[in-house]
Amino acid sequence: MADQPTETNFDVIVVGGGPGGYVTAIRAAQLGMKAACVEREHLGGICLNWGCIPTKALLRTSEVYHLMERADEFGLKVEGVSFDMEKIVKRSRRVARRLSGGVAHLLKKNEVAVFDGHGKLAGKGKLEVSAGGKVIAGLTAKHIILATGARARTLPGLEPDGELIWTYKEAMVPEAMPKSLLVVGSGAIGIEFASFYRTLGAEVSVVEVLPRILPVEDEEISDFAEKAFKAQGMNIMTSATVKGLKKGKDNVTATIEADGKSRDITFDRVILAVGIVGNVEDIGLEGTKVKVEKSHIAVDEWSATDEPGIYAIGDVTGPPWLAHKASHEGIICVEKIAGANDVHPLDTSRIPGCTYCTPQVASVGLTEAAAREQGREVKVGKFPFQGNGKAIALGEPDGLVKTVFDAGTGELLGAHMVGAEVTELIQGYGIAKTLETTEAELMHSVFPHPTLSEMMHEAVLDAYGRVIHF
Amino acid sequence: MTIQILMPALSPTMTEGNIAKWHKKEGDEVASGDLLAEIETDKATMELEAVDDGVLGKIIAAEGSENIAVNTPIAVMLEEGEDASAAEAAAPSPAPAAQPEPAPMPQAAPAPEPAAAPQPAPAAPKSNGARVFASPLAKRIAADAGIDIAAISGSGPHGRVVKRDVDAAIAGGVAAPAAAPSAASPAPAAPAPAQLPVVAGGYTEVPHNNMRKVIARRLQESKQTVPHFYVTMECEIDKLLAMRKDLNARAEATGEDYKISVNDFIIRAAAFAMKKVPDVNASWTDEAMLLYNDIDISVAVAIDGGLITPIVRNADQKGLAVISNEMKDLAARAREGKLSPGEFQGGGFTISNLGMYGVKEFAAIINPPQSCILAIGAGEQRPVVRDGALTTATMMSVTLSTDHRVVDGALGAEWLQAFKVLIEDPLAMLL
Repeated sequence: MADQPTETNFDVIVVGGGPGGYVTAIRAAQLGMKAACVEREHLGGICLNWGCIPTKALLRTSEVYHLMERADEFGLKVEGVSFDMEKIVKRSRRVARRLSGGVAHLLKKNEVAVFDGHGKLAGKGKLEVSAGGKVIAGLTAKHIILATGARARTLPGLEPDGELIWTYKEAMVPEAMPKSLLVVGSGAIGIEFASFYRTLGAEVSVVEVLPRILPVEDEEISDFAEKAFKAQGMNIMTSATVKGLKKGKDNVTATIEADGKSRDITFDRVILAVGIVGNVEDIGLEGTKVKVEKSHIAVDEWSATDEPGIYAIGDVTGPPWLAHKASHEGIICVEKIAGANDVHPLDTSRIPGCTYCTPQVASVGLTEAAAREQGREVKVGKFPFQGNGKAIALGEPDGLVKTVFDAGTGELLGAHMVGAEVTELIQGYGIAKTLETTEAELMHSVFPHPTLSEMMHEAVLDAYGRVIHF
Repeated sequence: MTIQILMPALSPTMTEGNIAKWHKKEGDEVASGDLLAEIETDKATMELEAVDDGVLGKIIAAEGSENIAVNTPIAVMLEEGEDASAAEAAAPSPAPAAQPEPAPMPQAAPAPEPAAAPQPAPAAPKSNGARVFASPLAKRIAADAGIDIAAISGSGPHGRVVKRDVDAAIAGGVAAPAAAPSAASPAPAAPAPAQLPVVAGGYTEVPHNNMRKVIARRLQESKQTVPHFYVTMECEIDKLLAMRKDLNARAEATGEDYKISVNDFIIRAAAFAMKKVPDVNASWTDEAMLLYNDIDISVAVAIDGGLITPIVRNADQKGLAVISNEMKDLAARAREGKLSPGEFQGGGFTISNLGMYGVKEFAAIINPPQSCILAIGAGEQRPVVRDGALTTATMMSVTLSTDHRVVDGALGAEWLQAFKVLIEDPLAMLL
């Protein structure tokens, strides 16, 4: 056990050291508040240790591997391409460790007191920190912010065992390459693992209960991605459910129901990615007015719970469950507490979402269908990667950029992309949305040539019938 | 190009300053960083440094000048090659803003502090052709709705007008009850034609329409003949906001047709307060005090080219939903110029709300022959002390201007107190 801080009275205590929690604590300290952060496991939380970051390290490996397999296409001679799973995993862990250390440094630099232990509310303005079953500190603060995050959801009959049936955590540190793999759930987490394992050669099947994969994305983007995955040899079953899993000695037999028919298929391993549940247990919510709805804490637009002085941010609250949403929510929460100027509730329509499969998927704002459901008249623009010089030069001619505008006001309602590097591009549309540009400013913006970003320009032009290169 | 040197805001609370000393004379060469003058504020004396190189062409505010409003020109700098005549041309001749407040009101009664209102002429500063910071989307929505974006107060970074501000302005009844009489800042006392402004850039002459003439005449008459005094209170409106949210959610759930604004609550609370303190519902005549039987509330609505005050009649007998829908209808027709005279002539009390522009508080000019006008500022989060501890609450400052011939200090304060109780505990409005 590391030395614990001796101070026990704070202006703000953040429970949880993930991307929501530690960012919140730093911002609170910047605002002149005495801040503490209580973390039971690793600073950086799931995101940094078991989520966003280590999976990006894995996916980078599969991307490079994929390019090496295509070496001949680029005029390169590479023979005997193969991989070492142990080394792949080691690199991923090293990346996570390095960044977790960085977070500790940032907290120290901002004079945030860090308690290693489990935080639990213990009466008004009080928080108990325990480690190894013993209470190690009793803290007080006027404001306590719960940023305890979430964990993988399990369904009856679909319980992980950590050996044959994995959650994201085991899927991230495989000892060997499974020959065949079933991924249950086709949200961002499921699809990223499916993509990683498929690229490295596993036979991958994906089961999605909804009619299409990546169900929160624009339908056209989902369809495009599904075709691309199928072309890579992925087996995708939509409108299908896994009824049960039967464990064998070194394999699992899944009962999959689709089109009213039931089939048994045997896989080496199974990854469960059927959503998340909030970590609301054992944090002392009993006896408070804090409301928990479907495993997530109910909060108002300023992240305040029904209990005065208790706030909640990030995955333990409502969707979207994204690290950058958690961070931003936390910043708004403490700025509001500090009475800062220009604080406004988070507008979720301006939060981009990224999925790092191959091809990548990224989006911000309303899908075309959602915009129409709101009764808006829309203008839709599209531009395919085939029409972009840089995409061709990169050898990445498959992809699509799509924009959705309000026909009346020219407001950019949403942008949706699939293809190479789109996760790095979406940010442009994010800024456009936040600055409230209309189509006119986007059309007047000069996009550098040759870049993939030119497609973002063309997709805007296309919405107004002015596309140039297609 | 001459450069105007303005009275700087040397602290966040500074609204005016005195020239303690000029360190340069007219005609002196000045380099960037040179000490130009010493400015005395309410808190300290601070140094004013030159930002540009040039020659100090003209000192507008002489040493010893007092109470010069922030951003008022105090001197003119000439760039290389310019001569002093340019400075003369650039200097606003009578420096009107620099003049100290008109003498305090005729001392009377043991009135509460006259609040020495520094009269910031609320709506005026933006519409002088200066760049309005607004998002492209906000500009477009405002243009489509026919709203002047300069009249909307921005809630974005550095006061930028964003979509939600325009949406709110439209929802709240366009530029909404606004620009109360007070917006028409005191017209020049005497129509002295010789006092045409001398400005380097020239100007455009816009002939007065009838409304402008009526506003000028009535408000000038009011400020000159009605002995105004002012009482201000801060009201906590968190309960009111919660109730409003609740009521509006109810409308959504049941499909009933109303959406109550904070202003609708204010109308109802004012009406109830008048019921409790009926003596304010009166007018002065030389022979007698006229006490009105009905509680009719006028609400200032900004319209293209001016403002008008449609009346919610018998407001004390109407529920919030009725007031709200009536007000929406009146405001909409006011903007279309379709009110009948009976709908805006008369009334016993006026409400002027500049809250939606982010105005914290202001003092309005009485709309004669009424004897009171209530000026409403923005509801905003402010630190408050409760049970000895610092916390935050949504506070709204309200200032009652009254005609001292009719309403004495204690009476005005009594009315305001009744109003505050209702606003802070809106359930009481149900009684």
